[in-house]
Amino acid sequence: MSEKSQATAPGGFEPKITALVCNWCTYAGADLAGTSRMEYRPNVRIVKLPCTGRIDPLFIIKAFEKGADGVLVSGCHPGDCHYTAGNYHSRRRWVGFKGLMEFTGIDMRRLHFSWISASEAIKWVDLINNVTDEVKALGPFTDYQQINE
Amino acid sequence: MEEQLRKEARRLLTEGEVAVVIGYGWNSRKTRVTPVFITNPDDADKLVFNALCVNNLSIYLTRKYKDIKALGKPAIVAKGCDIKNIVICVSEGQVARDNVYIIGMSCTGVVYKQELWQGELTDNIMPTKCHNCEVRNPHVTDIVIGDKVDFTPPEEPTGMVFDKIREFDRKTPKERWDFWIDHFNRCIKCYACRQACSLCYCERCITDKNQPQWIETSAHERGNLAWNLIRAQHLTGRCTECGECERACPANIPLNLVNSKQALIVKESFGYKSGFDMEEHPPMIVYKPEDKDDFIK
Repeated sequence: MSEKSQATAPGGFEPKITALVCNWCTYAGADLAGTSRMEYRPNVRIVKLPCTGRIDPLFIIKAFEKGADGVLVSGCHPGDCHYTAGNYHSRRRWVGFKGLMEFTGIDMRRLHFSWISASEAIKWVDLINNVTDEVKALGPFTDYQQINE
Repeated sequence: MEEQLRKEARRLLTEGEVAVVIGYGWNSRKTRVTPVFITNPDDADKLVFNALCVNNLSIYLTRKYKDIKALGKPAIVAKGCDIKNIVICVSEGQVARDNVYIIGMSCTGVVYKQELWQGELTDNIMPTKCHNCEVRNPHVTDIVIGDKVDFTPPEEPTGMVFDKIREFDRKTPKERWDFWIDHFNRCIKCYACRQACSLCYCERCITDKNQPQWIETSAHERGNLAWNLIRAQHLTGRCTECGECERACPANIPLNLVNSKQALIVKESFGYKSGFDMEEHPPMIVYKPEDKDDFIK
Protein backbone atom coordinates (compact mmCIF):
# COMPACT_ATOMS: atom_id res chain seq x y z
CA MET A 1 0.00 0.00 0.00
CA SER A 2 2.72 2.43 0.97
CA GLU A 3 4.56 1.56 -2.24
CA LYS A 4 1.53 2.35 -4.32
CA SER A 5 0.92 5.69 -2.70
CA GLN A 6 4.56 6.62 -3.34
CA ALA A 7 4.27 5.81 -7.01
CA THR A 8 1.26 8.03 -7.45
CA ALA A 9 2.21 10.73 -4.98
CA PRO A 10 0.61 14.00 -6.07
CA GLY A 11 3.04 16.58 -7.44
CA GLY A 12 5.95 14.14 -7.71
CA PHE A 13 7.67 13.37 -10.97
CA GLU A 14 5.97 10.58 -12.89
CA PRO A 15 8.14 9.24 -15.69
CA LYS A 16 6.73 8.30 -19.06
CA ILE A 17 7.90 4.86 -20.11
CA THR A 18 7.32 3.62 -23.63
CA ALA A 19 7.29 -0.14 -24.03
CA LEU A 20 7.72 -1.47 -27.55
CA VAL A 21 6.57 -5.06 -27.31
CA CYS A 22 5.93 -7.96 -29.61
CA ASN A 23 2.42 -9.23 -30.14
CA TRP A 24 3.08 -12.87 -29.41
CA CYS A 25 5.05 -13.00 -26.19
CA THR A 26 5.50 -9.81 -24.22
CA TYR A 27 2.10 -8.37 -25.07
CA ALA A 28 0.49 -11.65 -24.13
CA GLY A 29 2.57 -11.62 -20.94
CA ALA A 30 1.31 -8.14 -20.12
CA ASP A 31 -2.20 -9.32 -20.95
CA LEU A 32 -1.81 -12.20 -18.53
CA ALA A 33 -0.69 -9.75 -15.86
CA GLY A 34 -3.89 -7.82 -16.53
CA THR A 35 -6.26 -10.76 -16.50
CA SER A 36 -4.54 -12.06 -13.37
CA ARG A 37 -5.26 -8.65 -11.80
CA MET A 38 -1.66 -7.98 -10.97
CA GLU A 39 -0.90 -4.41 -10.20
CA TYR A 40 2.05 -2.51 -11.60
CA ARG A 41 3.15 1.07 -12.17
CA PRO A 42 0.79 2.96 -14.45
CA ASN A 43 3.64 4.89 -16.08
CA VAL A 44 4.09 2.53 -18.96
CA ARG A 45 2.60 3.10 -22.43
CA ILE A 46 2.56 -0.10 -24.41
CA VAL A 47 3.00 -0.10 -28.17
CA LYS A 48 2.18 -3.47 -29.67
CA LEU A 49 4.10 -4.54 -32.76
CA PRO A 50 3.93 -7.79 -34.70
CA CYS A 51 7.46 -8.84 -33.81
CA THR A 52 10.66 -7.47 -32.30
CA GLY A 53 12.05 -7.75 -35.81
CA ARG A 54 9.59 -5.00 -36.72
CA ILE A 55 11.07 -2.62 -34.15
CA ASP A 56 13.12 -0.13 -36.09
CA PRO A 57 15.70 1.79 -34.03
CA LEU A 58 13.84 4.87 -35.24
CA PHE A 59 10.92 3.88 -33.00
CA ILE A 60 13.17 4.22 -29.98
CA ILE A 61 14.49 7.58 -31.15
CA LYS A 62 10.95 8.74 -31.85
CA ALA A 63 9.79 7.70 -28.39
CA PHE A 64 12.53 9.82 -26.80
CA GLU A 65 11.74 12.65 -29.19
CA LYS A 66 8.10 12.58 -28.14
CA GLY A 67 9.05 12.94 -24.51
CA ALA A 68 9.56 9.44 -23.15
CA ASP A 69 11.83 9.35 -20.11
CA GLY A 70 12.59 5.70 -20.62
CA VAL A 71 12.10 3.09 -23.31
CA LEU A 72 11.67 -0.63 -22.91
CA VAL A 73 11.95 -3.02 -25.81
CA SER A 74 10.75 -6.54 -25.25
CA GLY A 75 9.94 -9.67 -27.20
CA CYS A 76 10.03 -13.45 -27.28
CA HIS A 77 12.90 -15.43 -25.83
CA PRO A 78 15.46 -16.61 -28.39
CA GLY A 79 14.07 -19.64 -30.15
CA ASP A 80 10.44 -18.72 -29.41
CA CYS A 81 9.83 -16.21 -32.20
CA HIS A 82 6.47 -16.61 -33.91
CA TYR A 83 8.22 -15.79 -37.17
CA THR A 84 11.15 -18.11 -36.42
CA ALA A 85 13.98 -15.59 -36.42
CA GLY A 86 12.70 -12.04 -35.90
CA ASN A 87 14.14 -11.75 -32.43
CA TYR A 88 17.53 -13.10 -33.51
CA HIS A 89 17.78 -10.40 -36.15
CA SER A 90 16.63 -7.67 -33.79
CA ARG A 91 19.11 -8.83 -31.17
CA ARG A 92 21.95 -8.18 -33.60
CA ARG A 93 20.49 -4.81 -34.46
CA TRP A 94 20.24 -3.89 -30.78
CA VAL A 95 23.89 -4.75 -30.17
CA GLY A 96 24.80 -2.07 -32.71
CA PHE A 97 22.13 0.36 -31.64
CA LYS A 98 22.81 0.05 -27.93
CA GLY A 99 26.49 0.77 -28.57
CA LEU A 100 25.52 3.77 -30.65
CA MET A 101 23.20 5.14 -27.99
CA GLU A 102 25.86 4.66 -25.32
CA PHE A 103 28.42 6.38 -27.49
CA THR A 104 26.05 9.29 -28.03
CA GLY A 105 25.69 9.67 -24.30
CA ILE A 106 22.22 8.32 -23.60
CA ASP A 107 22.11 6.83 -20.12
CA MET A 108 21.56 3.10 -20.51
CA ARG A 109 19.31 3.14 -17.46
CA ARG A 110 16.76 4.78 -19.73
CA LEU A 111 16.84 2.15 -22.44
CA HIS A 112 16.08 -1.45 -21.53
CA PHE A 113 15.86 -4.64 -23.51
CA SER A 114 14.24 -7.82 -22.29
CA TRP A 115 12.79 -11.17 -23.24
CA ILE A 116 9.37 -11.86 -21.70
CA SER A 117 7.25 -14.83 -22.70
CA ALA A 118 3.45 -15.07 -22.65
CA SER A 119 3.53 -16.84 -19.30
CA GLU A 120 5.94 -14.47 -17.56
CA ALA A 121 3.42 -12.00 -16.18
CA ILE A 122 5.37 -11.77 -12.93
CA LYS A 123 8.58 -10.94 -14.79
CA TRP A 124 6.71 -8.23 -16.70
CA VAL A 125 5.31 -6.69 -13.52
CA ASP A 126 8.72 -6.73 -11.83
CA LEU A 127 10.43 -5.28 -14.86
CA ILE A 128 7.98 -2.42 -15.27
CA ASN A 129 8.21 -1.61 -11.58
CA ASN A 130 12.01 -1.69 -11.65
CA VAL A 131 12.35 0.34 -14.84
CA THR A 132 9.84 2.92 -13.61
CA ASP A 133 11.62 3.29 -10.27
CA GLU A 134 15.00 3.55 -11.94
CA VAL A 135 13.89 6.21 -14.40
CA LYS A 136 12.02 8.01 -11.65
CA ALA A 137 15.23 8.21 -9.65
CA LEU A 138 17.04 9.61 -12.70
CA GLY A 139 14.42 12.30 -13.17
CA PRO A 140 13.00 13.60 -16.42
CA PHE A 141 15.10 13.19 -19.57
CA THR A 142 15.76 16.90 -19.76
CA ASP A 143 18.74 16.50 -22.08
CA TYR A 144 16.55 15.18 -24.83
CA GLN A 145 13.60 17.36 -24.03
CA GLN A 146 15.80 20.45 -24.29
CA ILE A 147 16.73 19.75 -27.89
CA ASN A 148 13.05 19.44 -28.71
CA GLU A 149 12.47 23.10 -28.05
CA MET B 1 53.00 3.36 -62.27
CA GLU B 2 50.86 5.88 -64.13
CA GLU B 3 52.23 4.62 -67.45
CA GLN B 4 51.25 1.08 -66.52
CA LEU B 5 47.78 2.31 -65.55
CA ARG B 6 47.29 4.21 -68.82
CA LYS B 7 48.51 1.25 -70.84
CA GLU B 8 46.02 -1.04 -69.13
CA ALA B 9 43.17 1.45 -69.59
CA ARG B 10 44.02 1.84 -73.26
CA ARG B 11 44.11 -1.91 -73.75
CA LEU B 12 40.75 -2.41 -71.98
CA LEU B 13 39.03 0.25 -74.07
CA THR B 14 40.60 -0.73 -77.39
CA GLU B 15 39.81 -4.39 -76.95
CA GLY B 16 36.29 -3.45 -75.91
CA GLU B 17 36.54 -5.32 -72.63
CA VAL B 18 35.04 -2.35 -70.82
CA ALA B 19 33.06 0.65 -72.00
CA VAL B 20 34.34 3.20 -69.53
CA VAL B 21 37.32 3.57 -67.22
CA ILE B 22 36.53 5.43 -64.02
CA GLY B 23 39.68 6.97 -62.64
CA TYR B 24 41.42 10.09 -61.41
CA GLY B 25 42.57 12.98 -63.59
CA TRP B 26 43.99 16.48 -63.04
CA ASN B 27 41.75 19.49 -62.82
CA SER B 28 42.49 22.28 -65.30
CA ARG B 29 45.08 23.94 -63.05
CA LYS B 30 46.71 20.66 -62.03
CA THR B 31 46.19 21.43 -58.35
CA ARG B 32 43.65 18.74 -57.48
CA VAL B 33 42.53 15.43 -58.89
CA THR B 34 38.94 14.86 -59.88
CA PRO B 35 37.07 11.80 -61.11
CA VAL B 36 37.36 11.22 -64.86
CA PHE B 37 35.37 8.88 -67.06
CA ILE B 38 37.38 7.69 -70.03
CA THR B 39 35.45 6.17 -72.92
CA ASN B 40 37.91 6.87 -75.74
CA PRO B 41 41.26 4.97 -75.68
CA ASP B 42 43.04 8.12 -76.87
CA ASP B 43 42.06 9.86 -73.63
CA ALA B 44 43.71 7.22 -71.45
CA ASP B 45 46.66 9.57 -70.89
CA LYS B 46 44.40 11.73 -68.74
CA LEU B 47 44.52 9.14 -65.99
CA VAL B 48 46.76 9.89 -63.04
CA PHE B 49 47.45 8.29 -59.71
CA ASN B 50 49.19 9.95 -56.77
CA ALA B 51 48.77 10.75 -53.11
CA LEU B 52 46.01 13.26 -53.89
CA CYS B 53 43.70 10.47 -55.04
CA VAL B 54 41.73 10.32 -51.83
CA ASN B 55 38.23 10.15 -53.38
CA ASN B 56 36.45 6.84 -53.17
CA LEU B 57 35.27 6.28 -56.72
CA SER B 58 33.27 3.16 -55.90
CA ILE B 59 30.21 5.40 -55.54
CA TYR B 60 30.01 5.59 -59.34
CA LEU B 61 29.23 1.88 -59.45
CA THR B 62 26.03 2.26 -57.43
CA ARG B 63 22.56 2.93 -58.71
CA LYS B 64 22.90 6.56 -57.68
CA TYR B 65 24.64 7.13 -61.00
CA LYS B 66 22.35 5.63 -63.59
CA ASP B 67 23.96 7.61 -66.43
CA ILE B 68 27.31 6.00 -65.71
CA LYS B 69 25.73 2.57 -65.44
CA ALA B 70 24.15 3.18 -68.84
CA LEU B 71 27.58 3.55 -70.46
CA GLY B 72 28.26 -0.16 -70.11
CA LYS B 73 30.70 -2.27 -68.16
CA PRO B 74 33.07 -0.08 -66.15
CA ALA B 75 36.67 -0.53 -65.13
CA ILE B 76 37.48 1.29 -61.92
CA VAL B 77 40.77 2.59 -60.59
CA ALA B 78 40.61 1.64 -56.94
CA LYS B 79 42.86 1.70 -53.92
CA GLY B 80 42.53 -1.11 -51.41
CA CYS B 81 40.18 0.95 -49.25
CA ASP B 82 37.91 1.67 -52.22
CA ILE B 83 37.87 -2.03 -53.07
CA LYS B 84 36.44 -2.70 -49.60
CA ASN B 85 33.37 -0.67 -50.59
CA ILE B 86 33.11 -2.53 -53.89
CA VAL B 87 33.24 -5.82 -51.95
CA ILE B 88 30.30 -4.70 -49.79
CA CYS B 89 28.36 -3.61 -52.88
CA VAL B 90 28.98 -7.03 -54.43
CA SER B 91 28.01 -8.92 -51.26
CA GLU B 92 24.80 -6.88 -51.05
CA GLY B 93 23.93 -7.61 -54.66
CA GLN B 94 24.38 -4.05 -55.93
CA VAL B 95 27.09 -4.90 -58.45
CA ALA B 96 27.89 -8.25 -60.00
CA ARG B 97 31.57 -9.06 -59.66
CA ASP B 98 31.73 -9.97 -63.36
CA ASN B 99 30.28 -6.61 -64.29
CA VAL B 100 33.15 -4.55 -63.01
CA TYR B 101 36.84 -4.66 -63.85
CA ILE B 102 38.85 -3.64 -60.81
CA ILE B 103 42.20 -1.99 -61.48
CA GLY B 104 43.78 -2.29 -58.04
CA MET B 105 46.39 0.31 -57.17
CA SER B 106 49.24 -0.35 -54.76
CA CYS B 107 49.06 2.58 -52.43
CA THR B 108 51.41 4.18 -49.95
CA GLY B 109 48.79 6.45 -48.45
CA VAL B 110 46.82 9.51 -49.50
CA VAL B 111 46.20 12.94 -48.06
CA TYR B 112 43.15 13.46 -45.88
CA LYS B 113 42.11 16.57 -47.74
CA GLN B 114 43.58 17.62 -51.04
CA GLU B 115 44.07 21.19 -49.88
CA LEU B 116 46.55 19.96 -47.24
CA TRP B 117 48.95 18.85 -49.98
CA GLN B 118 52.32 20.63 -49.87
CA GLY B 119 54.14 18.41 -52.34
CA GLU B 120 55.07 15.72 -49.85
CA LEU B 121 53.11 12.96 -48.14
CA THR B 122 53.77 13.06 -44.41
CA ASP B 123 52.13 11.11 -41.60
CA ASN B 124 50.25 14.08 -40.21
CA ILE B 125 48.29 14.77 -43.40
CA MET B 126 47.26 11.14 -43.87
CA PRO B 127 43.80 10.07 -42.70
CA THR B 128 43.49 7.53 -39.88
CA LYS B 129 42.58 4.78 -42.33
CA CYS B 130 46.01 5.01 -43.98
CA HIS B 131 47.82 4.57 -40.66
CA ASN B 132 45.94 1.32 -40.07
CA CYS B 133 45.69 0.16 -43.67
CA GLU B 134 45.69 -3.59 -44.25
CA VAL B 135 45.08 -3.29 -47.97
CA ARG B 136 47.91 -1.19 -49.33
CA ASN B 137 48.32 -4.14 -51.66
CA PRO B 138 44.76 -4.37 -53.00
CA HIS B 139 42.96 -7.58 -52.06
CA VAL B 140 40.25 -8.12 -54.71
CA THR B 141 41.38 -7.15 -58.18
CA ASP B 142 41.50 -8.06 -61.83
CA ILE B 143 44.93 -6.50 -62.19
CA VAL B 144 47.31 -4.85 -59.73
CA ILE B 145 49.20 -1.76 -60.82
CA GLY B 146 52.40 -0.76 -59.03
CA ASP B 147 54.96 -2.51 -56.92
CA LYS B 148 54.22 -4.45 -53.80
CA VAL B 149 54.07 -2.17 -50.76
CA ASP B 150 55.68 -3.39 -47.58
CA PHE B 151 53.55 -2.16 -44.70
CA THR B 152 52.22 -3.89 -41.62
CA PRO B 153 49.43 -2.08 -39.79
CA PRO B 154 49.84 -1.69 -36.02
CA GLU B 155 48.06 -4.28 -33.91
CA GLU B 156 46.17 -1.70 -31.91
CA PRO B 157 44.53 0.77 -34.29
CA THR B 158 46.27 4.13 -34.07
CA GLY B 159 45.47 7.63 -35.18
CA MET B 160 43.35 10.52 -34.05
CA VAL B 161 40.01 8.75 -34.41
CA PHE B 162 40.97 5.84 -32.19
CA ASP B 163 42.64 8.06 -29.59
CA LYS B 164 39.41 10.00 -29.48
CA ILE B 165 37.33 6.82 -29.05
CA ARG B 166 39.52 5.72 -26.13
CA GLU B 167 39.18 9.17 -24.61
CA PHE B 168 35.42 8.98 -25.16
CA ASP B 169 35.08 5.66 -23.38
CA ARG B 170 36.35 7.34 -20.21
CA LYS B 171 33.84 10.19 -20.40
CA THR B 172 30.51 10.32 -18.59
CA PRO B 173 27.29 10.01 -20.62
CA LYS B 174 26.58 13.68 -20.00
CA GLU B 175 29.94 14.74 -21.45
CA ARG B 176 29.41 12.57 -24.51
CA TRP B 177 25.93 13.90 -24.97
CA ASP B 178 27.12 17.50 -24.82
CA PHE B 179 29.91 16.73 -27.28
CA TRP B 180 27.58 15.24 -29.86
CA ILE B 181 24.79 17.74 -29.46
CA ASP B 182 27.36 20.47 -29.94
CA HIS B 183 28.52 18.84 -33.18
CA PHE B 184 25.12 17.77 -34.51
CA ASN B 185 23.88 21.28 -33.84
CA ARG B 186 25.94 22.44 -36.76
CA CYS B 187 24.42 19.92 -39.16
CA ILE B 188 22.64 21.74 -41.97
CA LYS B 189 20.93 18.61 -43.33
CA CYS B 190 22.63 18.88 -46.69
CA TYR B 191 22.98 15.06 -46.75
CA ALA B 192 26.45 15.33 -48.26
CA CYS B 193 27.45 12.45 -45.96
CA ARG B 194 24.84 10.28 -47.60
CA GLN B 195 25.60 11.41 -51.15
CA ALA B 196 29.32 10.78 -50.77
CA CYS B 197 28.81 7.27 -49.41
CA SER B 198 28.84 4.33 -51.78
CA LEU B 199 26.95 2.21 -49.27
CA CYS B 200 24.06 4.67 -48.86
CA TYR B 201 22.50 3.58 -52.13
CA CYS B 202 18.78 3.36 -51.24
CA GLU B 203 16.53 4.66 -54.00
CA ARG B 204 14.58 6.49 -51.35
CA CYS B 205 16.36 7.29 -48.16
CA ILE B 206 14.36 7.00 -44.94
CA THR B 207 14.83 10.71 -44.38
CA ASP B 208 13.18 11.50 -47.73
CA LYS B 209 10.05 9.57 -46.82
CA ASN B 210 7.39 11.82 -45.39
CA GLN B 211 4.40 9.58 -44.86
CA PRO B 212 5.07 9.03 -42.04
CA GLN B 213 7.97 11.35 -41.52
CA TRP B 214 10.31 9.61 -39.11
CA ILE B 215 13.12 12.10 -39.32
CA GLU B 216 12.46 15.79 -39.24
CA THR B 217 14.00 17.41 -42.27
CA SER B 218 14.53 20.92 -40.95
CA ALA B 219 18.01 21.63 -39.61
CA HIS B 220 16.72 21.48 -36.06
CA GLU B 221 18.60 19.74 -33.26
CA ARG B 222 15.90 17.14 -32.83
CA GLY B 223 15.98 16.01 -36.44
CA ASN B 224 19.74 16.42 -36.63
CA LEU B 225 20.25 13.93 -33.84
CA ALA B 226 17.78 11.45 -35.32
CA TRP B 227 19.35 11.72 -38.77
CA ASN B 228 22.92 11.30 -37.60
CA LEU B 229 22.04 8.37 -35.35
CA ILE B 230 20.11 6.58 -38.06
CA ARG B 231 22.76 7.21 -40.67
CA ALA B 232 25.31 5.58 -38.38
CA GLN B 233 22.93 2.74 -37.52
CA HIS B 234 22.21 1.96 -41.17
CA LEU B 235 25.95 1.72 -41.80
CA THR B 236 26.66 -0.46 -38.78
CA GLY B 237 28.43 -3.61 -39.89
CA ARG B 238 28.82 -2.23 -43.42
CA CYS B 239 30.88 0.94 -43.13
CA THR B 240 34.47 0.43 -44.26
CA GLU B 241 35.65 3.67 -42.61
CA CYS B 242 36.72 5.18 -45.91
CA GLY B 243 35.98 8.59 -44.43
CA GLU B 244 34.18 10.10 -47.41
CA CYS B 245 31.23 11.24 -45.28
CA GLU B 246 33.44 13.17 -42.94
CA ARG B 247 35.43 14.64 -45.82
CA ALA B 248 32.22 15.75 -47.51
CA CYS B 249 30.68 17.27 -44.38
CA PRO B 250 30.63 21.07 -44.70
CA ALA B 251 30.05 21.41 -40.95
CA ASN B 252 33.06 19.27 -39.98
CA ILE B 253 31.07 16.82 -37.89
CA PRO B 254 33.42 13.99 -36.84
CA LEU B 255 31.37 11.25 -38.48
CA ASN B 256 34.31 8.89 -38.70
CA LEU B 257 34.40 8.81 -34.93
CA VAL B 258 30.97 7.26 -34.69
CA ASN B 259 31.53 5.05 -37.76
CA SER B 260 34.76 3.67 -36.34
CA LYS B 261 33.13 3.07 -32.97
CA GLN B 262 30.37 1.07 -34.66
CA ALA B 263 32.96 -0.91 -36.61
CA LEU B 264 34.76 -1.73 -33.35
CA ILE B 265 31.50 -2.91 -31.76
CA VAL B 266 30.73 -5.13 -34.73
CA LYS B 267 34.24 -6.56 -34.71
CA GLU B 268 34.06 -7.30 -31.00
CA SER B 269 30.55 -8.73 -31.05
CA PHE B 270 30.46 -10.67 -34.30
CA GLY B 271 34.12 -10.92 -35.31
CA TYR B 272 33.31 -9.24 -38.59
CA LYS B 273 35.44 -6.80 -40.54
CA SER B 274 33.67 -5.23 -43.46
CA GLY B 275 35.01 -5.21 -46.97
CA PHE B 276 37.20 -8.29 -47.12
CA ASP B 277 35.05 -11.24 -48.14
CA MET B 278 32.32 -10.88 -50.72
CA GLU B 279 30.89 -14.31 -49.95
CA GLU B 280 30.23 -13.34 -46.36
CA HIS B 281 26.97 -11.59 -45.50
CA PRO B 282 27.16 -8.33 -43.54
CA PRO B 283 26.46 -9.09 -39.86
CA MET B 284 23.15 -7.25 -39.60
CA ILE B 285 21.34 -9.45 -42.11
CA VAL B 286 22.34 -12.78 -40.60
CA TYR B 287 22.35 -14.12 -37.05
CA LYS B 288 23.65 -16.89 -34.86
CA PRO B 289 21.53 -18.40 -32.09
CA GLU B 290 24.49 -18.02 -29.73
CA ASP B 291 24.90 -14.25 -30.27
CA LYS B 292 25.62 -12.38 -27.08
CA ASP B 293 22.62 -11.06 -25.20
CA ASP B 294 24.03 -10.21 -21.79
CA PHE B 295 22.45 -6.77 -22.03
CA ILE B 296 18.94 -8.21 -22.47
CA LYS B 297 17.18 -8.90 -19.22
